[in-house]
Amino acid sequence: MTAATNQIRLVGGRAGPEFHLTEEHHPENSTLLGFWIYLMSDCLIFACLFATYGVLGRNYAGGPTGAQVFELPMVAVNTALLLFSSITYGMAMVASQENKVRETLGWLAVTGLLGCGFLGLELKEFAHLIADGAGPQRSAFLSSFFTLVGTHGLHVTFGVIWLVTLMTQVARKGLTETTRRRLMCLSLFWHFLDVIWIGVFSFVYLMGVM
Amino acid sequence: MGVSRRNKVVCILETGQIVRLFKVALAAPLLFALAGCKMVVMDPAGDIAMQQRNLILLATGLMLLIIVPVIAATLFFAWKYRASNTEAAYDPDWHHSTKLELLIWSIPMAVIVVLGSVAWISSHTLDPYRPLSRIGPNRPVPAGMKPLEVDVVALDWKWLFIYPQLGVASVNELAAPVDRPISFRITASSVMNSFYIPALAGQIYAMPRMQTQLHAVINKPGVYDGLSANFSGSGFSDMRFKFKGMSQADFDSWVAGLRASPAHLTRADYAQLAKPSGDEPVRHYATVDPDLFTRIIGGCAAPGQACANDMPGMPDMTRASVDKTKICTPQRVALNTRRPAAAKAVRAE
Amino acid sequence: MKMSEMPNLAASSHLDIAKLIFGRLTWDAFPIHEPILVGTFAVVALGGLTVLGLITRYKLWGYLWREWFTSVDHKKIGVMYMVLGVVMLLRGFADALMMRAQQAVAFGANHGYLPPHHYDQIFTAHGTIMIFFVAMPLVVGLMNFVVPLQIGARDVAFPYLNNFSFWMTVGGAVTVMMSLFVGEFARTGWLAYPPLSNLAYSPDVGVDYYIWSLQIAGVGTLLSGVNLVATIIKMRAPGMSLMKMPVFTWTALCTNILIVATFPVLTAALALLAADRYLGMHFFTNALGGNPMMYVNLIWIWGHPEVYILILPAFGIYSEVVPTFAGKRLFGYTSMVYATMVITVASYLVWLHHFFTMGSGASVNGFFGITTMVISIPTGAKIFNWLFTMYRGRVRFEVPMLWTVGFMVTFVIGGMTGVLLAVPPADFVLHNSLFLVAHFHNVIIGGVVFGAFAGINYWFPKAFGFKLDPFWGKMSFWLWLVGFYFAFMPLYVLGLMGVTRRVSHFDDPSLQIWFVIAAFGAVLILGGIVSFLVQIAVSIMKREELRDVTGDPWNARTLEWSTSSPPPDYNFAFTPVVHSLDAWWDMKARGYQRPVEGFIPIHMPKNTGAGVILAGLATAAGVALIWYMWWLAAASLVALVAVAIAHSFNEDRDFHIPAEAVVEAEGARTELLRTAA
Repeated sequence: MTAATNQIRLVGGRAGPEFHLTEEHHPENSTLLGFWIYLMSDCLIFACLFATYGVLGRNYAGGPTGAQVFELPMVAVNTALLLFSSITYGMAMVASQENKVRETLGWLAVTGLLGCGFLGLELKEFAHLIADGAGPQRSAFLSSFFTLVGTHGLHVTFGVIWLVTLMTQVARKGLTETTRRRLMCLSLFWHFLDVIWIGVFSFVYLMGVM
Repeated sequence: MGVSRRNKVVCILETGQIVRLFKVALAAPLLFALAGCKMVVMDPAGDIAMQQRNLILLATGLMLLIIVPVIAATLFFAWKYRASNTEAAYDPDWHHSTKLELLIWSIPMAVIVVLGSVAWISSHTLDPYRPLSRIGPNRPVPAGMKPLEVDVVALDWKWLFIYPQLGVASVNELAAPVDRPISFRITASSVMNSFYIPALAGQIYAMPRMQTQLHAVINKPGVYDGLSANFSGSGFSDMRFKFKGMSQADFDSWVAGLRASPAHLTRADYAQLAKPSGDEPVRHYATVDPDLFTRIIGGCAAPGQACANDMPGMPDMTRASVDKTKICTPQRVALNTRRPAAAKAVRAE
Repeated sequence: MKMSEMPNLAASSHLDIAKLIFGRLTWDAFPIHEPILVGTFAVVALGGLTVLGLITRYKLWGYLWREWFTSVDHKKIGVMYMVLGVVMLLRGFADALMMRAQQAVAFGANHGYLPPHHYDQIFTAHGTIMIFFVAMPLVVGLMNFVVPLQIGARDVAFPYLNNFSFWMTVGGAVTVMMSLFVGEFARTGWLAYPPLSNLAYSPDVGVDYYIWSLQIAGVGTLLSGVNLVATIIKMRAPGMSLMKMPVFTWTALCTNILIVATFPVLTAALALLAADRYLGMHFFTNALGGNPMMYVNLIWIWGHPEVYILILPAFGIYSEVVPTFAGKRLFGYTSMVYATMVITVASYLVWLHHFFTMGSGASVNGFFGITTMVISIPTGAKIFNWLFTMYRGRVRFEVPMLWTVGFMVTFVIGGMTGVLLAVPPADFVLHNSLFLVAHFHNVIIGGVVFGAFAGINYWFPKAFGFKLDPFWGKMSFWLWLVGFYFAFMPLYVLGLMGVTRRVSHFDDPSLQIWFVIAAFGAVLILGGIVSFLVQIAVSIMKREELRDVTGDPWNARTLEWSTSSPPPDYNFAFTPVVHSLDAWWDMKARGYQRPVEGFIPIHMPKNTGAGVILAGLATAAGVALIWYMWWLAAASLVALVAVAIAHSFNEDRDFHIPAEAVVEAEGARTELLRTAA
């Protein structure tokens, strides 16, 4: 804002205040702010799901408890995959800053693979639970568990689709202003999902088996 | 002949209607006063509802202190400062006055401080969960008088009233002796309803798998309307009952009448009764399964339903509480130990 | 599907194919045996066909598609929102008339003409439509149209997203309207409390229509909120610091922050309800640990801020109208802004007052009662501010000002009954009663609807270049105002007589007179609505007479009045520089000369059909989910993702309006101003 005000050039050099710019006004790009606001609203959806889990998470209805169904080692591996994917995404961003298209694409690919690995393990866990009769219909606890974790998984899925789309765009167009901005948005998204997962891991899994 | 007669009738009818209309028009300003006698909320028959009425009057009076001057000032300023009135002062740049702004924030604030205190105190004194300490102004509950207990179940779409102390039950009819505290425990069979007898006391929701409470007293004998205040499905509009305030002697004979009824409310009968139906007649039951109410809350009232492991957790966000020893296996109690924590999480939310 | 496993293969396979394709949609879903609905359908179909026929006849399809449907211009999108809101007002008000008629006649043995099955749908649809598809489009439309002009911007921050948001709202509205003729709507009340809204007690499509229409429209609203917040934060003209923003922009900012911070809660609550209904989960069921209270909490954590989402922009409109027509600077701008912020924050801390009667503790009730009352403090301060803006002004009673004075008188009554309802023990006797119904209509009609009409009358000349006819405007105002008092004061009385809401027939004949008076009031309001439509029609016919070439017909104060009416696509040939609050007043006071040379090319976003297509696919997916047409739902969702991805490859999204075109447009205006002067 101040930068813009400083650029005001007076028309005709008349005295007194001037009421318009003479050049095109370029407000700062709002995409990152807008995306950030969207993320906060998404965060609220997760807040609702966490709250629901907080209320219903002990309503086992005679069914299995968290301690009985959670397999911490697998979840630990899963967590590691996601945390690593955040680091590799960071590497991709560093590479994109240095204008290294191929390196950027490489790190993005690793990130995507780690994300897929995470999703694969999660699906395996879900399949296991459902096969054991601990599906989302068994109790309010399991409903809220599947919904919270599943919503996060759905976000990761969309993240992976988005990642592949962006990789195609970077490969085609290189690191333009647009692709960089989009990489930045996805980066925010990806790290956001990481933060949510840390919440899920501690609040659902760790506290569940304790 | 026939025609003229008919005309005459029409004429009389019309005159009658016109007179009636005229009366309505004349009475319009007085309608509030006239209708006052029928405004049950403003003229209740129970001490709790009476205190709630007094609260409405007090709060309204307090607010009128500010509302009436504001409306008057709005109309006055609008008229006085109309564009055609060039006599009035015109001060287009006057837009700030610290004193005035302090005033316009502090006037509503002062009212709210008073009203807020009233709200806080009255939410506690008129808490529906709080056993009564009086049956009327300056009339404490007589020593040794125990409240009449009534267990209320909202069914689709009728009301079941169980009198656990008396072992009887009724459908769509409720009676209580005057000047004796009544202690209601309230639940519902399937969906949310709200138990409301305007003449007696404010409403409280009847919710499945949860229990709410209400304490009240009726001070005048009479027949009052009771209803479900919360929409509950297609039979909702007929989900009404009569609440009868009676002398102790009348109440005793009413109970005797129930006892003489050939019908008995077993769990099987309950399962039949709970099926959706509307506009049900009054029914009386000479006896009632003693566990029925707690089983209804537990969701295991139907014959053959067990209240053991398959019992869902009973959500406890209201102070809905259940006598766990009756319906919960020890295992269930163990599962329930974490409930207060969960309830707190929601309250704190 | 394994055919070999099916018994009676020949007969069932035919049925199953139909089921596979159409889900649970059968001929029974079409209400051909309901004369009222068939009649309504005939009217709607005839009207629709006439409109479509006329559009085709005058070859307007191309024009509409190019200039409106695919437009990313915030002004056109704002106008389309308003049109949507007015059209849906007709539907929502038809529901209201039917209810009033039913309650006026259904006494004793007479159960009226609407059986519960219909009546219950009507009050549910009335509430849902009036809030989501009338009040929301009207306020979002006004914000969309006005905010960028008021802050001196060329458009919103994300013009393409804006178009998409609008069409999502339309998608939700179309879905609701569809329920009238295909299947049925929810019979649960407008917030669909479980367990009643669970599959066990509402097995038909009604609640699913409810869920998906609100989800689709909700996404649109949420994105529109993101868009306007970013717009207001990032795109203000140079010099316009936060404390120099017009009050309407302030209220728009706070409202959109509320949207962003509450609509996700609605999304989550409805998604969980959908999970119960579609996936057999147990969030809000009676069995296996579900907890319906959780839904009640979530829906009101959204629902209470929602009413402030509606009322804050209306407060903003009044704050523009009063200074303009009093010819005087707004009294207490700073306290107005702080009052808005206090309301924004406090609106989150009051949701439990909607269920004092569900057995919360005395202290919990007391706390929420007090927080609720606290909101009346800043609201009261606002009323005083408008009052003292009139003080020592020169008040011109043009139509927008009439609505504003009507609001000030009416709204304080609604505010008073609202504070009354905030006293928990008083709420115990008034909750769910017609007193409550009267209260919220008092604040929503007296606040939001009056505000919308004030805003429409105020900004219409800006949008179209001619004023609205004042005679029919005054007619509409008085009919609405008097009709409102006739329609809702009796409901206050009835509430005190212990009459509760959503009842389709009564026993006590002494109540009838009040319902008849209320029905009469509804007829007056109908007159108000008709007058409004006549006002529009008459104004279009008399447009040359009502034309305003100055761009500033009211001698107003804020930037939107500094450009032409209607504004050019680019809003301002040069971005304005702001030096004080009431920037345009300041410019006029200091002898501002409109620039007539030195024009430059202007960078603008291009129109796009992607919003229509994406919203159409989302609506198709919603309808498919309602009817269990799984293949269609899956196909629509896949297509949705595919179109979104494809659209992201399209970077040809903007263009420059050449300087010559700007010169031409501005030159024409110079000429016009000269001939007018």
